[in-house]
Amino acid sequence: MTYIPISPKERDAMLATVSVKKLEDLFEAVPQKHRFPALSLPPALTEMEAAAELTELANANETTRELVSFLGAGMYDHYIPSVVDHILRRGEFYTAYTPYQPEISQGTLQAIFEYQSLISALTGMEVSNASHYDGATAAAEAVNLAWAQFRGKRTKIVISPTVHPQYREVIRTYTTGMGVEQAGDDPTLDLEADPETLAELVDENTMLVIVQYPDFFGRVYDYTGLSEASHAKGALLCVVANPLALALFKTPADMGADIVVGEGQPFGIPTWYGGPSLGFFTTRKQYVHKMAGRLVGETVDSRGQRAYVLTLTAREQHIKRDRATSNICTNQGLLALASAVYLSLVGKQGLRQVAETCYHKAHYAAERLSKLPGMGLCFSEPYFHEFALCVNQPVEQVNAHLLEHGILGGYDLGQDYPNLKDHMLVAVTEMNTKEEIDLLVEVLLEVSHD
Amino acid sequence: MTENSTPKIVEPTVFDLSSPGRTGVTFPEPDVPLAELPKDLLREELPLPELAEVDVVRHYMHLSNFNYSVDGGFYPLGSCTMKYNPKINEDTCRLPGFLYTHPLQPIETVQGNLALMYMLQEWLKEISGFAAATLQPAAGAHGEFTGVLIMRAYHRSRGDEKRIKMLIPDSAHGTNPASAGMMGLQVVQIPSDARGNIDIEALKAACDDTVLGLMLTNPNTLGLFDEHVEQVIKIVHECGGLVYGDGANLNALLGIVRPGDLGIDLMHFNLHKTFAVPHGGGGPGSGPVGVAAHLADFLPAPIVGILEEGDDEELAPLFGFITPSKSIGRMKAFHGHFGGGLVRAFTYIAMHGPDGLRQISEFAVLNANYLQARLRDTYKIPFDRICMHEFVAEGRFEGSDVRALDIAKRLMDYGFHPPTNYFPLIVHEALMIEPTETENKDTLDAFADALIKIAGEAVKNPELLHNAPTKTPFGRMDEVKAARELVLCCWLPEGYLKQAS
Repeated sequence: MTYIPISPKERDAMLATVSVKKLEDLFEAVPQKHRFPALSLPPALTEMEAAAELTELANANETTRELVSFLGAGMYDHYIPSVVDHILRRGEFYTAYTPYQPEISQGTLQAIFEYQSLISALTGMEVSNASHYDGATAAAEAVNLAWAQFRGKRTKIVISPTVHPQYREVIRTYTTGMGVEQAGDDPTLDLEADPETLAELVDENTMLVIVQYPDFFGRVYDYTGLSEASHAKGALLCVVANPLALALFKTPADMGADIVVGEGQPFGIPTWYGGPSLGFFTTRKQYVHKMAGRLVGETVDSRGQRAYVLTLTAREQHIKRDRATSNICTNQGLLALASAVYLSLVGKQGLRQVAETCYHKAHYAAERLSKLPGMGLCFSEPYFHEFALCVNQPVEQVNAHLLEHGILGGYDLGQDYPNLKDHMLVAVTEMNTKEEIDLLVEVLLEVSHD
Repeated sequence: MTENSTPKIVEPTVFDLSSPGRTGVTFPEPDVPLAELPKDLLREELPLPELAEVDVVRHYMHLSNFNYSVDGGFYPLGSCTMKYNPKINEDTCRLPGFLYTHPLQPIETVQGNLALMYMLQEWLKEISGFAAATLQPAAGAHGEFTGVLIMRAYHRSRGDEKRIKMLIPDSAHGTNPASAGMMGLQVVQIPSDARGNIDIEALKAACDDTVLGLMLTNPNTLGLFDEHVEQVIKIVHECGGLVYGDGANLNALLGIVRPGDLGIDLMHFNLHKTFAVPHGGGGPGSGPVGVAAHLADFLPAPIVGILEEGDDEELAPLFGFITPSKSIGRMKAFHGHFGGGLVRAFTYIAMHGPDGLRQISEFAVLNANYLQARLRDTYKIPFDRICMHEFVAEGRFEGSDVRALDIAKRLMDYGFHPPTNYFPLIVHEALMIEPTETENKDTLDAFADALIKIAGEAVKNPELLHNAPTKTPFGRMDEVKAARELVLCCWLPEGYLKQAS
């Protein structure tokens, strides 16, 4: 099956116009010995066969709809209202390119402008760009912003060990060879230490301090003190935030953050085995020229109509080339649209309700689980919808048992934190019913022991 | 209109449409006892809009009507491969078995996903002639960055620290120098010769033991296959450099030639161009990277592999994750753009098979050459020879002040999306035209007719072009106002957004 709408007769007429005899003649510039390799690939499928094969592959997975899931750790199972995908399936949106021609791209441009506005409203930050690949790369771009801001005169970043381990890995990959010194990125550090102790690592050479909110273990801290201490040394503060938590808790802007980034997946985007999702990126207006990524601004057209365009494009790679802050070329356009539709639909009341429901359910689960013999919460600070639970035996073993009962247990924290062997990170969202939580408690009781 | 008059609002924003007390969706009340909220950590204000479901649906329907799209018409945007996006891909990528899987599930519960990823890795390797591949990069530029990190890691693993120069032809995409720039490499621009090939003498002069490598787009952004590509690669290899292939233009090469066979060391794929993943209004993309055997150990971690072999009969292999021994690390969280990118591309390749893939490139190249032939007498083609999947014309005429931009805007009045303009930078008033293989002859003829008519208007009635577009819902934009006033956000409560302290 191909999608080529040209008949043999039309093909021949076109070849004649081009003055060649056959299709093969178009490729004489290609070295002959390598021309037209025989590709060893399975023979073409019809649509009917492809649909069947893909269904078979999909059915080979066990999903979070069939299993009861308490997995989070950066991606969360939330309800996606029906409207979201109906809008995403509009060919006018999903088969359009980057809105470089604003006269015929106002749909995409206004939707991104609204996305930026919704993210600004949530974070309290003045500028949101059109999005990055995911939360981890958005955090890495925060380092690029700081690097550009200090022009290499400051070369150190301080990262809390309670930032998502994969985000810390991505930041390490992005900064390899830049000459960036890193402090704090050590999973053996005291994880119970007050975040303000991070300030001890901040010095006159520090360009950026990165913390997570809620942190990887779900804990909610007020970072105002850390923010003030960082600013006193002239460093910027980046907060990696779960945007859903911001419906409930103080904004990082209120705490003095200079950059707020995070994973937008909770807003209308399925977990989809980890992607695509979106990374939101916000900052203060004074840093906008150092920020990477697309940006939509309001203007008027020649007819006096309010309209939107990509603006400050001189920052970007297609103009600034090797002097650009980042090489990023795309944004997560369609998923920014998904988030905008989700937030518009759920709105002020609904988002608060989702966040509160997650909070209450997580606390109910924690309350019950922590009373099981030999189990307990690892930390005592306030938390949102995720918590570290000590299970007092190898998590892999516990999770295997849970899976036999149709439950996806929490993330094994010992993989990343040697001191948290036998601890799992349990996530609870509005999707988990009381019955599911009770089932988790019941099955864990079977394996628990002092 | 004057500076201060209030602009006319064609479609209000969701903030304009908000009315307190409306809601678009309701959720069940918590079925658990309520826990106490930590009062001193709570936020006060949440200035999100309030709309009903019908308000939201109508609003985004209205917005969608302002967009030009591939589903709506011809989109010959050079270097972007705006081909038709088959509808079946939209269904397969949304199969519940894919949608509702979590990236951290035990591998035993996601063998379908992992098998798909493994097969796609294998297929991409076969199509490109590489020995190994990663599916992790999120987009073409992200793949490029991955590639450049791999190149540097390779040299460093051999104790070769002095290679700091990246050679980049003057026709390259802006992402190439930006990717090199992100790592602090020195970019050395290599000029093109009169036939649009890399200037061999200039390349030789730039090659020494400080060269990390060359970033090669082939066919290049003029749409031309470099006639000395093997010699170019040999020269770079002889000075110890590696050759990176920019896969943006792979739509010309499927079943035609494998970049790995030519000696290219590594390359990214744009699944959103070549393999029909829709562009989504600017993303998400998907940018897997293929590498030759000597670079396989440096791939980002993890990649998908077979952990336990199966047999031909009953037992399926166990797929899982593998960390290459000298990996550059992780490029993003989790496993790449699985649902939106990999599943769609997998479906597309499975439905084409080897012959179908070759036809894609044959017809992409035929369509471009056909348009070039039809326009040759009207528009100057600065590098005029048989092109690959795209070509570049000049949008200027003797005795007219009309520019490429005017032609682009006038095309909208004829119902077409304009070509890429002002790129590549080495052509004056460039119009870069890529029709793709999914357009029929009638569409190509109508487009050529419109461009020929516009060329006539450019001389006889240039105002028509300067004022274009007039038949679209919006006219030309005041870009200066946007950049000067920098309004990046809808109205929010006074003082809500905190200024820097």
